[in-house]
Amino acid sequence: MARTAVRGRLSWQIATVDGVVVETARVRTIVLGVSEWLGHRAGKHLDVRLTAEDGYRAEREYSIASAPGEPVAITVERLGDGEVSPYLTDELRAGHEIEVRGPIGGHFVWDVDHGGPLLLVAGGSGIVPLRSMLRHRRRSESDVPVRLLYSSRAIEEVIYRAELDDRAAGVEVVYTLTREQPPGWAGHARRVDDALLEEVAWPADEAHPPLAFVCGPTSFVETVASGLVSLGYPPARVKTERFGATGR
Amino acid sequence: MEPLDGNAIGGLLLEVFGVEMTSAKGVCAYCGAAGELATLVVYLQAPGTVVRCRGCGNVLVVIVDRRGVKCVDLRGVAALDRAD
Repeated sequence: MARTAVRGRLSWQIATVDGVVVETARVRTIVLGVSEWLGHRAGKHLDVRLTAEDGYRAEREYSIASAPGEPVAITVERLGDGEVSPYLTDELRAGHEIEVRGPIGGHFVWDVDHGGPLLLVAGGSGIVPLRSMLRHRRRSESDVPVRLLYSSRAIEEVIYRAELDDRAAGVEVVYTLTREQPPGWAGHARRVDDALLEEVAWPADEAHPPLAFVCGPTSFVETVASGLVSLGYPPARVKTERFGATGR
Repeated sequence: MEPLDGNAIGGLLLEVFGVEMTSAKGVCAYCGAAGELATLVVYLQAPGTVVRCRGCGNVLVVIVDRRGVKCVDLRGVAALDRAD
């Protein structure tokens, strides 16, 4: 009995790759079949563990890209010097198996009844947990107003672009392309700064303060979070998640 | 290497404590700052995992893996509390 309880709590299990979706040149979404999945909330993670033939193990935490109720999926960006991500993006095929555990987390999550208005701010692959929230909102037929400010280096690096550009989703999406812009680009073309936040973010209405989720590289998150607080967002309404090219 | 935050060790904390801990509140024993563990500063590249206070920078938690056993040092935590 005790063993069953512990296993239900958090244990490694085998997931089967059900499909791999090419998102950009360096980014893949991996759809997983997990037999004992307890269900997740939008914004949660899972851990992936790879074991080499010599027994060496590497673990990484990835945000879940799919909405609650959808098949579990992660979206992985290939890091040039990564131990894990190149295998996941380049080698994995449908039918392969990897070890996972999850769902993990409880701070950076959004449920429909948390309401809004929602401000989502993503840097690069920081869009992944926010995409889970957007899909959750849509599947729940929620009418919570949403603005997404999404910073990428170039238009080719925008993940989920077709999905985000689907007007039917009822989400205001503002892109900024920091390094390279296509010919005729009329959108923003600089890193997110206080002025851009002031232009895009919901006003900090004291009676109905917006709820912000910020995900990206550490320096990006620091800039955005402090910018939102200086615009009057209550710090407790600015949820942050920093990622980096690190493992343990 | 830039530090991350407590979200990055959600799995490790779950493994150590047996319950979801990123939304638990920790109180810094040095400066008294309180915040969800998800908001704390986390270094993964140190020998082991080091968690620091975002307010004063002092070390709150160190978790080291010794031959498969997780050694947890909560030296800088005055209180740790889950809402539920």
